[in-house]
Amino acid sequence: MSPTDTLAHFRFEVADGVATVVMDRADDDLNTLDPSLMEDFLAVLDRLESDPSISAVVITSGKPDFLAGANIRWFAELTPETGTEAIRAAHAAFDRLERLHTHRGKPVVAAIHGACLGGGNELALACSYRIATDDPKTRLGQPEVQLGIIPAGGGTQRLPRLIGIAPALDLILTGKTIDARRALRLGLVDEVVPSKLLDEVARRRAKELIGKGRPQKKPGLKDRLTPKGLQEVALETNPVGQHLLFQQARKRLLEETKGNYPAPEKALEAMRVGFHRGRRAGYDAEARFFGELIASPESKALRSIFFATRRKPDTTGARQVEKVGILGGGLMGAGIATVSALKAGSFVRIKEVDPAAAARAKAYIAKVLSDRVRRKRMRRFDAEKVQLLVTTTTDWSGFSDVDLVIEAVFEDLEVKRQVLREVEAVTSPGTVFASNTSSIPIAQIAEASSRPETVVGMHYFSPVEKMPLLEVVVTDKTSKEAEATAVAYGLAQGKTVIVVNDGTGFYTSRILGPYTAEALHLLAEGATVEDIDQAIETWGFPVGPLRLADEVGIDVGAKIAVILVDAFGERMAPPKMMENLVAADRKGRKNRKGFYSYDQSGKRGGVDATVYSDLGIEPKGMVSRSEIQERITLAMINEAARCLEEGILRSAQDGDIGAVMGLGFPPFRGGPFFWIDQQGADRVVERLRSLEEKHGPRFAPAKVLVEAAESGRTFR
Amino acid sequence: MPATVNGRRVAIVDGLRTPFAKAGTDLADATTLDMSTAVVTELLARSGLDPELIDRVVFGSVVQDVHAPNIAREIVLATPLPDTVDAYSVTRACATSTQATIDAAQAILLGDIDVAVVGGADSLSNPPVTFSPEFVDVMMAAQAARDLPTRLKIFSRLRPRDLAPNPPAIADRSTGETMGQGAEKMARDWGITREEQDQFALESHRRAVEAWEKGIYDTEVMPFPVPPKYEKVVERDTLPRPDTSLERLAKLKPAFDRRYGTITAGNASPLTDGAAALILMEEGTARRLGYEPKAFIRSYATAAVDPRWQLLIGPALATPVALDRAAMTLDDIDLIDLHEAFAAQILAVRHAFASAEFAREHLGRDEPLGEIPDEKLNIYGGSISLGHPFGATGARQLLTMANELVRRDKGTALISQCAAGGLGATVILER
Repeated sequence: MSPTDTLAHFRFEVADGVATVVMDRADDDLNTLDPSLMEDFLAVLDRLESDPSISAVVITSGKPDFLAGANIRWFAELTPETGTEAIRAAHAAFDRLERLHTHRGKPVVAAIHGACLGGGNELALACSYRIATDDPKTRLGQPEVQLGIIPAGGGTQRLPRLIGIAPALDLILTGKTIDARRALRLGLVDEVVPSKLLDEVARRRAKELIGKGRPQKKPGLKDRLTPKGLQEVALETNPVGQHLLFQQARKRLLEETKGNYPAPEKALEAMRVGFHRGRRAGYDAEARFFGELIASPESKALRSIFFATRRKPDTTGARQVEKVGILGGGLMGAGIATVSALKAGSFVRIKEVDPAAAARAKAYIAKVLSDRVRRKRMRRFDAEKVQLLVTTTTDWSGFSDVDLVIEAVFEDLEVKRQVLREVEAVTSPGTVFASNTSSIPIAQIAEASSRPETVVGMHYFSPVEKMPLLEVVVTDKTSKEAEATAVAYGLAQGKTVIVVNDGTGFYTSRILGPYTAEALHLLAEGATVEDIDQAIETWGFPVGPLRLADEVGIDVGAKIAVILVDAFGERMAPPKMMENLVAADRKGRKNRKGFYSYDQSGKRGGVDATVYSDLGIEPKGMVSRSEIQERITLAMINEAARCLEEGILRSAQDGDIGAVMGLGFPPFRGGPFFWIDQQGADRVVERLRSLEEKHGPRFAPAKVLVEAAESGRTFR
Repeated sequence: MPATVNGRRVAIVDGLRTPFAKAGTDLADATTLDMSTAVVTELLARSGLDPELIDRVVFGSVVQDVHAPNIAREIVLATPLPDTVDAYSVTRACATSTQATIDAAQAILLGDIDVAVVGGADSLSNPPVTFSPEFVDVMMAAQAARDLPTRLKIFSRLRPRDLAPNPPAIADRSTGETMGQGAEKMARDWGITREEQDQFALESHRRAVEAWEKGIYDTEVMPFPVPPKYEKVVERDTLPRPDTSLERLAKLKPAFDRRYGTITAGNASPLTDGAAALILMEEGTARRLGYEPKAFIRSYATAAVDPRWQLLIGPALATPVALDRAAMTLDDIDLIDLHEAFAAQILAVRHAFASAEFAREHLGRDEPLGEIPDEKLNIYGGSISLGHPFGATGARQLLTMANELVRRDKGTALISQCAAGGLGATVILER
């Protein structure tokens, strides 16, 4: 009996000179890398190296995935030192795997089905030959940077040498994953097969490779004479070209990240070092950088978001939604219809005022779908089938059998109450009614209901098919079933869902209130539009508050501000002079007149300087970037704390997900509560008090913050 | 054929059609399949029928889409209907969707199925264009060739004239006559004048326009956002003309026989795009599922004649059989909806109904079927004014008549079409 017969995570069989190594974790239904798997893997290597009856190897998986990467929970235990150590151990193991072929003449074939990501992909890169199945579940890539770390199992070294520097940069710096066909085109895999043939072909190739060298990708003249091929010759194969490539990539990266994301910068540096000073130096850089990053606040924040979005909210008792009714086929309604048909696969009935408006909703969906077809993310036939899930009407026909109605009509309490009454007249008693209002309290709408237990809020973000968050809003009357139905349906639509309690502006719209108001205070004090937006974008938001106001609509924002001031008082109030904006008919992008100017086609230009004279102010630009950042972001963070204090939020984690997924709060800061914990509540309270002294009671710290500062308790 | 077999009776529970539009105009971007899938999905959405309950789809078109020859099955696969729904296609020229209805009705009566979606569609904007036999030969041979030189040699056989595509066929394959020429012949045989035809066409338009004004079509015609872009929506039939007059019709030139002809674009049905569908159910099933039948199929019959004789006389031969099977006379029928291929054809059929001589010679009956009173015939217009997407017309007529029986809450309706090749079909509905 050999030691490999007793391994927990591997099965091992040798037939006809070919060893088949099956990764199959004993303690999980997912294959992930961690020290316990590594330990077994070393025993596997011992046997593969020493057993003379083995002349070739196939590595495959006993799970639905090949190897999904490192175990992320294990990361939490790592310090810079132990992290670096673990990486050096992985390097040694993967080197031994590679040398099985190069030094011992035993070819190793990776037989890949399902996720082959991160460390999994790096293991495959150390093999001699890679075969992947054509199954859509098969995905390959190095998504590490999305968690604030780098591919450190040799990925920054082996991947560019296998597929070229430019394609490797594209994969590693974005963290995107690709399917088998694309992997074949890039040369990341050598062969793509139907899944039924994977084992058979893998064993055959392993045998064929015995006694031959590692297969080398040798581009023919024809490949060289393409623009891409020529670029490769010009840049990739000589040090000067390589230097240029890395330099350009770094420039583009910094434009994108504004220096807020260290991981892709480090990944790039490890690659550069590898080409400049050789593979060994590259591995060494990987190990050091991984150690630095694994304990970094950015990586911790990104990992916390990753876990938060993966948690599955409770959907017990949810009603099965076969058919959804959507009221209003405008931007929001059509977007909701798109994800309902495309992701949830339900029948969708859109009600609009006239057939032309209804057709515009169909056209919107058709455009989203045809984009997906053009980008080969979907077959035309399937797109047409999704399109046919959506029908439109101008009366209430086809509503008697809907399970859920989502209204996206004009943002007006009376209008919403009216449609609620009409819906209840034509639907069955169990039908859930969801309002997509962004500011009106659900309880006020539900006052018109004869069955308020079925009324709930489903607050989507525009454009719905792109924005990941759904904020489900429940009143004290909302039933468990209605809540679960809204949550389950949101998940089916592919959304990350948080549930919040009812209140003006719920969570997301509410914390946007003081954030926007503070930006306007700064503007009134003489800060320029550019200064404000750039400061906030540098802090990590994708768009600054004034650009956002243009996108949302200044008139809409003003309307919401009134509602928020009514409910919460002066801290939500923008300076009085901002009324001039609405008076001057500045609505933002939709009428091509806002803080920025827009051309005829709606393309945004620079700041519209006449905005200052409309407001009667002189832009002085005297406010410092850090003051702008502090005042605007603390206004939002303080309000988030109030939402937790008042029970609008059920948990701090929900608050972080909502801000990051719904409002673009910088992911590397982990959300308002994660950020407070990292800064220390005492420091946050101190800054708020100092701002309160200077600018008034709107900065008075939330009670929960003061308590946390005193007790030293953290939120997350 | 009795209306009831083993206690089973066939009910029309719902139906819908797209607006009809002149070929090459508003619906030109939509294929036959596009219109079919749209009308079926909208019909299901409105009726609230659980798609799992559908046993079979029988559908048809006349100008076949070469990419979707079994259009019924393509409808099932393209729409959200379960893939397990059985489906097949029929074609009987202008009586295609009537045949689809008869097929499904028979299966329901026999107890094979309980719920069916039937109908038909045609896009005359998208006829298949074929190549010459010489060109097809060369393409097939070239495909079989192993190497480039052989292939080039095969291509060298092609002559420029072989490359010209064949226009879509209009003449009948057996007679070499176009449909219009057949109708001209019937007009001559029955002595039908140009004025009578124009008068009939004018009345057809008047009735169609009035029906739209009265809202008759509001619930049976769906607004149709035109795929693939859905940027345009067609809400109503585009062919009925409120502004036509005898003077304007008289100015039109004969279309098929320039010198002696009487048939013009004004008194013939136009090439049209459109689709129509019905839900049929076994009566007990309908009631169990909570559907109120609009009408029941009382009887049906089909007939065929020598196409060189009177190409479009079919209704005059199928109708007496359907009446006999229903144990009725023409007087028992409250509403008559005859397909208007040409005013000349429908007037000829009317003459045949009333002719004792025709009855004796061609029906073996002593008595003629009888006169068709104006007020019973095509009360909401017909194919001349509404348009005639070949495959959709029968279902369109059945739907309008079923809905009219609902409005009257009693009575009987007779629907009949002539069809190319000397065919005819008749269905009798009752409520």
